Amino acid sequence: MEFGPIMRALSRNKTGAVLLALQIAFTMTVVVNAWFMIGERLGLIDRPSGLVEADMFYVTSTGFTDDFNVKTTIDDDLRTLRQLPGVVDVVTMNAIPLSGGGWSMSLRIEPGDDTQSWPVAVYMVDEHGVNTLGSQLIVGENFSPTDVEWREMTQASWPDKVVISKAMAQAMFPDTSLSQVIGTTVYISNDEPVTISGIIDQLQAPWSGWDSVEQTMLVPQKIAFSSVRYMVRTEPGRRDELMPVVEETLSRTNDGRLVRNMQTMTETRERSYSLDKGLANILVVVMVVLVLITGVGILGLASFSVRRRTKQIGVRRALGATQSDIMRYFLTENACISLAGVMLGAGMTVVLNVWLVGAMGFPKIHWIAVPLGMLALVLIGQLSVIGPARRACAVSPAVATRTV
Amino acid sequence: MLPYYFRLALLSIRNNLWLSLLMVAAIALGIGVCMTIVTVNYIMGSDPIPSKSDQLFYVQLDSWDPNGAFREPDEPPNQVTYLDAMALMQAKPALRQAAMAGASLIVTPEDADLKPFIERIRATYADFFPMFEVPFVYGGGWTQAEDDNRTLVMVLSKTINDRLFGGENSVGRTVRASGHTFTVVGVMDDWSPVPRFYDVTTNPFEETAGVFVPFNLITELDLPRNGNTNCWKPSGDGMQAFLNSECIWIQFWAELPTVTDQQAYLDFLNGYVLQQKELGRFQRPLNNRLNDVNTWMDKQQVVQDEARILLVVAVLFLAVCLLNTIGLLLSKYLGRSPEIGLRRALGASRGTVFTQFTVESALIGVVGGVFGIGLTWLGLRGLELLFGDIVDNLVQLDWVMVASAVLLAIVASILAGLYPALRACNVQPAGQLKAQ
Repeated sequence: MEFGPIMRALSRNKTGAVLLALQIAFTMTVVVNAWFMIGERLGLIDRPSGLVEADMFYVTSTGFTDDFNVKTTIDDDLRTLRQLPGVVDVVTMNAIPLSGGGWSMSLRIEPGDDTQSWPVAVYMVDEHGVNTLGSQLIVGENFSPTDVEWREMTQASWPDKVVISKAMAQAMFPDTSLSQVIGTTVYISNDEPVTISGIIDQLQAPWSGWDSVEQTMLVPQKIAFSSVRYMVRTEPGRRDELMPVVEETLSRTNDGRLVRNMQTMTETRERSYSLDKGLANILVVVMVVLVLITGVGILGLASFSVRRRTKQIGVRRALGATQSDIMRYFLTENACISLAGVMLGAGMTVVLNVWLVGAMGFPKIHWIAVPLGMLALVLIGQLSVIGPARRACAVSPAVATRTV
Repeated sequence: MLPYYFRLALLSIRNNLWLSLLMVAAIALGIGVCMTIVTVNYIMGSDPIPSKSDQLFYVQLDSWDPNGAFREPDEPPNQVTYLDAMALMQAKPALRQAAMAGASLIVTPEDADLKPFIERIRATYADFFPMFEVPFVYGGGWTQAEDDNRTLVMVLSKTINDRLFGGENSVGRTVRASGHTFTVVGVMDDWSPVPRFYDVTTNPFEETAGVFVPFNLITELDLPRNGNTNCWKPSGDGMQAFLNSECIWIQFWAELPTVTDQQAYLDFLNGYVLQQKELGRFQRPLNNRLNDVNTWMDKQQVVQDEARILLVVAVLFLAVCLLNTIGLLLSKYLGRSPEIGLRRALGASRGTVFTQFTVESALIGVVGGVFGIGLTWLGLRGLELLFGDIVDNLVQLDWVMVASAVLLAIVASILAGLYPALRACNVQPAGQLKAQ
């Protein structure tokens, strides 16, 4: 092994080696942490919302004339839209999943204002709610038409029955089987009793970044506000064809209103996660560029060093060193620097991560990421140095006999 | 001598074209990525009203649930209740003060060809305009009497005035909205503070509302409210019950020019809360706060965590790019030791050798910096594509940033070249000449 000569050669240009090791350490710190951040964000984006998103869109109808009759309009609209060919079902909703705006309440097992409570997002729908959203009722039953009431603008009271998501049921009653939860009375607004009549498999809250995003509840109410949102579910693949039809139908049947903000659930999902997705994209670009810069930098340094040592290489070859000896020299030299760099990098990665966890609630990286990152950077170093090292191998022993 | 060094530098760059390009690219990318992210952070965290930011105070009253803080640890609510907003407005102990909330109106243009449209409005008090130094093109804000009499008046943004009246002086003219007729009293000039500091409870980077109306009209006309409403206890049925409830939905600002004013105002708030405690409200310990604009922006984390994480990444990125350039320059200059030895032997002083190499590194730095600004511009456009209207107000290249980018590039490249140049000028001529 030419370990001794390598060390002696490195000690002649300590600064260069230290600079390269530092660069590798910084690169590793950024790459490993960014990799984790990307994984975390993409994981969030991949969560299902519980809706048949591809076949859904919604539209807002806002009445503005003095003689605008909210309740008749809503009932007429629902009847007309549900009869349109290609429409599976339609429902009015107070809030749209993933949209960022909605209502939340708390449910309690014991009434009172200081008992334990569980936050829950509220969706006001009629008996068509479960079918429109595409949720599966696991146990219990859906609302019947007689359960559904109008909810006035400033009303604060709640109906007797609710349907909750499985995650909500499991959060409140972790030790009870789902079928036993049916019929249980829980309390909303501190002490107003409501009965759980059904449990659906999954439905996300309107806020994608919310801690309790899976805790949701359907209540049998139709909102009697002058501004109301219709959620439409179409037969598979017919969404885009039906959007203009629905818009046109609504505008035609009543001109005392604005029909606006028509949006597909696909768009809503994209908007909801645009910050996460954007961050992930930026980090990918940063990671790739950083690795590229470091790789090309190592390549540049190595070719300088090969050019400077042409004569020495020639002398070594003339004294009997084979091409693979020369190759091994450069690979080992690079490995030594890289190793020092990644060891420092491992420490810096952990320090940065600890700081991010403390300061911004960033997720802790898995320990395996550190050795993997170290390995990756050593490999990148070796790959980058191969080109210049091959040029070094090609140096002819005859060079030794020439002066510069 | 400088032009000569410049020529030498160009020659040397041409001799190592690929590596020089790599150095320029590394500096350009480092500056580009770093400045893009710094710009976003800078705009997010900039002082939206520098002339007065230390005199304007956001009022927080701890009217929250006796069983738990609004936000741990012991943070008072971020808005106030209707009851408290009204009481503070009536007492009027500050130089200027205004309660405010977001709402919306459906505007029906006179021109029958134009379709009715929904517009975000801000309902507030007369003091809003002088307090926040809102510029006007025509007319001005409304008066306190108009607040008290619940007069149907409006202040329009320039954009809305262009849309409704083609940009003419519309003061005194009327606007039909949500079934009522409003009189225009003023048209604002472009005014869109970033961040929208006076209400950061919803997206602080949204545009300013298009229409301003007296606050009391929200209750008078029952306008639909925008923004967040939080209640810790049930409010009961009906509008009046809601207004009398413990629900928070109003932002409250006071202008307090001196420390004495601030102390007096805080004393007043504490006195008010103590008095309310006797009526059975405010059951939490006394915890009222006044935050000036910048403290409030800080506490509300207007600069998002994502942006701060990216800032750390960007600084590390720049560090890698600079280390890369220093390493390459060092290697390149040391490779030229024989040449340096020759020049020294022919009479060049250390100073001249140093100058020559510094000129070369500065040249690389300046070119890198110029490309870096180009990349910053591209980066900001890229952010716009990536995030769409979320960052609309955030991705403008402003001249402070351009100047700092140029400065950063030059300083960074000279720093990067400093050590290599120092090493180069310390080359021993004798040793180099002998080796040949």
